[in-house]
Amino acid sequence: MGMDSLIGGTIWDEYSQKVTDLMNNPQNMGEITKEQAAEMGAELIVADFGAESCGDAVRLYWAVDPKTDIIKEAKFKSFGCGTAIASSDTMVELCRGKTVDEAVKITNIDVEKAMRDTPDVPAVPPQKMHCSVMAYDVIKKAAAQYKGVDIESFEEEIIVCECARVSLSTLKEVIRLNDLTTIEQITDYTKAGAFCKSCIKPGGHEAKDIYLVDLLAEYEKEKLARTAAPGANVSFAEMTVVQRLKAVERIIDENIRQMLVMDGGDMEILDIKENGAHFDIYIRYLGACSGCASSSTGTLFAIENILKEKLDENIRVLPI
Amino acid sequence: MRVYLDNNATTLVDPHVFAEMEPYFVQKYGNPNSLHSFASETHPGLKDAMEKIYAGIHAPKEDSVVITSCATESNNWVFKSIYFEYILTGRKNHIIVSEVEHPSVIATAKFIESMGCKVTYLPINHEGLVDPQTVRDSITSKTALVSVMWANNETGAIFPVEEIGAICAEHNVLFHTDAVQAIGKIPVDVQSFNVDYLTFSAHKFHGPKGVGGLYMKRGRELSPLLHGGSQMGGYRSGTLNVPGIVGMGKAMEQAIDALDFEMTEVREMRDAFEDELLKIPDTFVVTPREKRTPNTILISFRGIEGESMLWDLNRAGIGASTGSACASEDLESNPVMEAIGADADLAHTAVRFSLSRYTTQEELDYTIEVVKKAVERLRGISSSYAYAPEGHKSGLDTHH
Repeated sequence: MGMDSLIGGTIWDEYSQKVTDLMNNPQNMGEITKEQAAEMGAELIVADFGAESCGDAVRLYWAVDPKTDIIKEAKFKSFGCGTAIASSDTMVELCRGKTVDEAVKITNIDVEKAMRDTPDVPAVPPQKMHCSVMAYDVIKKAAAQYKGVDIESFEEEIIVCECARVSLSTLKEVIRLNDLTTIEQITDYTKAGAFCKSCIKPGGHEAKDIYLVDLLAEYEKEKLARTAAPGANVSFAEMTVVQRLKAVERIIDENIRQMLVMDGGDMEILDIKENGAHFDIYIRYLGACSGCASSSTGTLFAIENILKEKLDENIRVLPI
Repeated sequence: MRVYLDNNATTLVDPHVFAEMEPYFVQKYGNPNSLHSFASETHPGLKDAMEKIYAGIHAPKEDSVVITSCATESNNWVFKSIYFEYILTGRKNHIIVSEVEHPSVIATAKFIESMGCKVTYLPINHEGLVDPQTVRDSITSKTALVSVMWANNETGAIFPVEEIGAICAEHNVLFHTDAVQAIGKIPVDVQSFNVDYLTFSAHKFHGPKGVGGLYMKRGRELSPLLHGGSQMGGYRSGTLNVPGIVGMGKAMEQAIDALDFEMTEVREMRDAFEDELLKIPDTFVVTPREKRTPNTILISFRGIEGESMLWDLNRAGIGASTGSACASEDLESNPVMEAIGADADLAHTAVRFSLSRYTTQEELDYTIEVVKKAVERLRGISSSYAYAPEGHKSGLDTHH
C-alpha cells in the first residue's frame, strides 16, 4: 500500500506505447484460409483458446511448412480487451518464421517483454498480465494440433501462477528455503499471485487445481508434524496413546531419569490409563529405587509434580 | 469533440449549484456550531439547503434527513447500525438485499454476514428486476432489514420499491432503499409508500462530490456510526460540510425542477439514441425501456469485449462505462449481466451509456457514428466473427 495505491489510476495509463499502438492498429490481425495455406505449400492450423463467456478468446492461424515445421505465416483474431489484442498480435509476430518446436517455447512473459517500451518498465499493469496468458496457451494448442499430440505433453511442470509462470516445484522450494508464511512473502519472492490473483485462493477469476494458500497450509502442517514434540502443540488429553507414552517418557528423560540413575536406580512406564477425570500412570522402580523409602513419598511426588506441571493437572503416578 | 455519457458514475456540477456554494469557501467559512457571527452567517444558507433537500424527497419535518459524506457512508450506516442493534443483540439474525445492489451495500452485507448475520441475496429476473414475491418468500420472523435499491446503476431498472415497502410493513421489517440513481430521474416521495431509510448522493444529480444523505423515518432513527461533537442532532458527528450541504440543496432543487425535462426530453433523446444503436446487428439491451430510468442504456455488442469498446469510444473523446471484465480490477464480468442470466457469450460485452439533462442531440449523433465505426473495427478483430475452415471445431475452452 502507500500513496500510489490510494487513489488508483486508470489501467490504460499503465499501458506501454507499444500496447496502445497495437490495440489501435494490430499488425498481424486477420485470417488464413485453407486456400491461402495451400498456395504457400503449407498446412493450415486453426486453434482457439479462451471463450467469450470468460472475457477473452483468441483464434490463432498458422500456415506450417510440413517439410521444415516452419511457421511461414501466422495471423490472429481475438475477442478481448486491449491487452488481449496487443498480446495476441505480439505473440503472432514472435511465432512467425520459427519452427513449431521453437514457438512452443514462447511464454506469456516473452510476449509481455516484447511489448515493453523500455526494458525495466512492464508493458501492462499487474491485473492485465492475465490477459497475455491466453497468447501463450493458444500456441500450445496449435502445436498440439499440428503434431497430433495432447496439449499436456508441452507442460513440463505444473504451473501454479500462470501470469508469472511460477511452477509448483519452484514455489515449494522457495517456501521451504525461506520459511515463508504469508501470501505477500510468496509474491515478494516469486511474483506468484501478483497479477490476476486467481492462484491465491479459491473464488478468484479462474478456478485452479492448486492455490498458494494450499501450499502455505501444507508447509505449515509439515512444520507442525516436525516440531510436534509430544505435548508441544497438542494437549495431553488430545494425544493418542502412543503420543501420551512418548510425552511422559520425554519428560522423565529430561527431568527425572538422570536423578534416579545417579542414585543407582531407574524406572519404567508400565501403562497409562484414563480413570474418570484422571490419567493414571503406572510405573515400576528399577535398581536401587525399588524399595527406597522415598520412592513412595518424595521421589514419587517429584515425578508426579513435574508431569502435572509439564503435561496435565490430572495426572496421577502410581508405583507398582 | 468530447462527450460525457457516464452520468450514472458522476455528473458535472450545475453552474448554479457551484455559484451557490462559492461564498461558503472564502467568505462565509465559519463553523456553524461556533458562537459568533462567522458561524451564524452560515445558518440561513444551511437552513435553506435543508428545506430544499426535505422538499426534494417530500420528507416531513418530523423525520430526519441526515447529511453524510456520500451514499457509501449512508449505506454502511444503515447496515452496521442494524447489525449492532438487532443482530449482535440476538433480537434478529437475518437481512435481505438484492444481488445487484451497489458495492457499498453488497460489501457491507457481506461484512456483517462474516460477523454472523444471515443474508439473503434476492435474484433478479430476465428483465433485470426484483420480483416482490421473492421478498415475501424470504422474510422470516428473524428478519431485521430489507434493502433493495430504487433504480439499478448498471441497467437503470426501476425496482418495485412501493410493493416491497408494503410487504415489509406487513411483516414489520425495516425497509431501506438506495435511491442514488433515482433522485432527479424519477419522482421520489418518501410519504407515498412505506420506507424507513433512503440513501442519496449529491454528485449523481449535478451536485458536488463528498456529500450525501440518509433519510430516516421518525421512530426509526439509527444510532450514530460516527461519534464526536454531536453535529446533525447527534446522529452524525463531524463539522458540517457547509458548501457541500448548500450545494446539495441547490442541486436537489434544480433536479426537481428538471424532473419533467428528464422524463420527457432526456427520455426521448435516450430512446432515439437507443433505436439507432439497436440498428447495429447483434446488439441487445437489458431491461425494457419503460421499466428503466430515463437516462440509462446497458447494451451488448456481440463479439466485442466491453473494455475494447470503451477504448475506441475514449479515443474519440467519448466517456461511457462497463462493469465488466478487464475494465475492473477483479476481471469479473458485469454482475448484472450474470444475474439476469444473459447469454454467457454476452457477459463481457455490456457497455453503459448514461445521459443527463446536459446531453445534446449533437453529442448523441456523433456518438452513434463513433460506435458504428468501433463495432466495425472491433468485430473485424474479433474471433467471434472470424473465418474457420470447414469442419473446424471451435473447441473453445472454458479455461476459467
